[in-house]
Amino acid sequence: MYLYDDFDRTLVDERVREFRDQVARRLSGELTEEEFKPLRLMNGVYLQLHAYMLRIAIPYGTLSSAQLRTLAHVARRYDRNYGHFTTRQNIQFNWIKLEELPDAMADLARAGMHGMQTSGNCVRNITTDQWAGVAPGEIEDPRLWAELLRQHLTLHPEFSFLPRKFKIALTASAHDRAAVRVHDIGLRMHRNGAGETGFEVIVGGGLGRTPFIGKTIKPFLPKRDLLSYVEAILRTYNQYGRRDNIYKARIKILVHELGAEKFAREVEEEWQSIKDGALALDPAVVAEIAARFRYPDYELLEDNPPELRNARAEDKHFRRWLDNSVANHKLPGRAIVTLSLKREGEPPGDATAQQMEAIADLADRYSFGEIRVGHEQNLALPHVAQRDLPALWRALDEIGVATPNVNLISDIIACPGLDYCSLANARSIPVAEEITRRFKDLDLAHNLGRLHINISGCINACGHHHIGHIGILGVEKNGEEYYQVTVGGRADEGAELGKILGPAVPYNEIADVVEDIAAAYLELRERPEELFVDTVKRLGVEPFKERVYATR
Amino acid sequence: MTSPLQQKLKVTGPVVITANRLGDGAVVYRSADGTWTTELDAASVVTTAPAATELLTAAVADKLMAVDAYVAPVEITPDRRVRPGNLRERIRCNGPTVALPGER
Repeated sequence: MYLYDDFDRTLVDERVREFRDQVARRLSGELTEEEFKPLRLMNGVYLQLHAYMLRIAIPYGTLSSAQLRTLAHVARRYDRNYGHFTTRQNIQFNWIKLEELPDAMADLARAGMHGMQTSGNCVRNITTDQWAGVAPGEIEDPRLWAELLRQHLTLHPEFSFLPRKFKIALTASAHDRAAVRVHDIGLRMHRNGAGETGFEVIVGGGLGRTPFIGKTIKPFLPKRDLLSYVEAILRTYNQYGRRDNIYKARIKILVHELGAEKFAREVEEEWQSIKDGALALDPAVVAEIAARFRYPDYELLEDNPPELRNARAEDKHFRRWLDNSVANHKLPGRAIVTLSLKREGEPPGDATAQQMEAIADLADRYSFGEIRVGHEQNLALPHVAQRDLPALWRALDEIGVATPNVNLISDIIACPGLDYCSLANARSIPVAEEITRRFKDLDLAHNLGRLHINISGCINACGHHHIGHIGILGVEKNGEEYYQVTVGGRADEGAELGKILGPAVPYNEIADVVEDIAAAYLELRERPEELFVDTVKRLGVEPFKERVYATR
Repeated sequence: MTSPLQQKLKVTGPVVITANRLGDGAVVYRSADGTWTTELDAASVVTTAPAATELLTAAVADKLMAVDAYVAPVEITPDRRVRPGNLRERIRCNGPTVALPGER
């Protein structure tokens, strides 16, 4: 966990006081909606279909148990008893009253949380691998660098009115769990030939109406230059990014239109003028921030202890969960446990206040009070002793977060869609719920193997449909919901955009289409180990298209 | 954002004026007496562009009770009830089409 200092606390407290005053002036009529709207958006407050929605950042996906309890309290006291974890390590509350928002924000601030920069044309919440700091083989914990960026870019006056929103993600593992290639800036930590650690800098990735995989503009950036180089990218974007057309305002369009090489040259020129100035990272400053990260005082444990061996041998349900939802930790005797928020027939990423409180208690008991949030809309406990896994599994199962479907076809990523969102054209959640019902047979889901479905209710792509192994995009045709399907997308280190299968299908056929695609894959794969995306890569979309449209 | 009053209104059937209540964001409809109601059946229903424009002008002028007012289609049932005219408005009127977590 990172420990905020007085500066952080003062900043958040002052913002709450300011917002309380702004809300009072809006409610009295002193401020018009036109004046108030940008102020509420700066604090993550949207007006959705039925109510206000509050989005709260969970920087680099790390939550303390006290913070999770605070989120449960906000859900219970100010909302309808649940929250929705998003694809960018945020949580959203869907039913908050404007009149009560300042109180909710004050409660959040006491736990070091806020909604600043979760909306608007600024640098949004900086995200990373939810296994940061505990993943085996990780080069180093990327959260230190995310925190440095967070501090530098929070309320940065030059970057508070960018042409459009701006998203940064980091990873330090060979397997990218942070989808860095589809962010405005993606940072991949690696070692160069001399054994030094630095960043591959990727820019111009993004989804939405014009999706792009990011381009590498700097294969190796030394750590000391992180802030200055990111600053140079933001300055270049701020200067040349389009402000005349919202659909062409993201950095991905600029990089595409200029070309990655020319964009890189522009950045380089800007960077040369600032790289050795105040933004060059002083090792003492970095060390000071690093010292504010508290790591668990791990006791040394043996791998595969008898408690685990016995439970594994005796209980097939435990075994299935262990094989699916538990990952290796960097230390022997410990494990990383993913908590599936994808129970059959329920909205992906939602957790009730009761579940949040129970998870906070379990984190205290089994994971040094720490919880992680992943962009796949699941949670994780990062520091679990392997000997505790059987007891933890029983407790997680009791609260409905031990479905062993992590990374399987029912582990669906979905935006809130037309059930909540004022931008959506079609619903996402009922589609996801129906697909989880169709694939509730875990033997079938496991046989299908790793298969990610992503659903977005409109072209803005909050459900990241372009990079789903199966992507589903809701569209509206003559007042009816239709769904366009893509296959072969992926978000990891081999990021690719999915290819469109064919004409969109109506709402009542979309789950059938997914079943058809799954059935075709089982027939077409060369061997059980060949993943769905690899079969698509080998054969292209045609055989899937033939199967889906043969009878439609 | 373009004001709804600057957009050319096309009215091809019965419509109401709808918005979100300022204090809590709840869906509200403009009623005949110039107030806002959460009951669609109590909304003022008009069928022509001039009538809709007049209602919308009054609604937009109310800067305190409701925000983001716009014209929404409705249907009139044989027994004279007012029903939302499309899926988006049905969801706004009736809430999400899925059970909320914990409500199952």
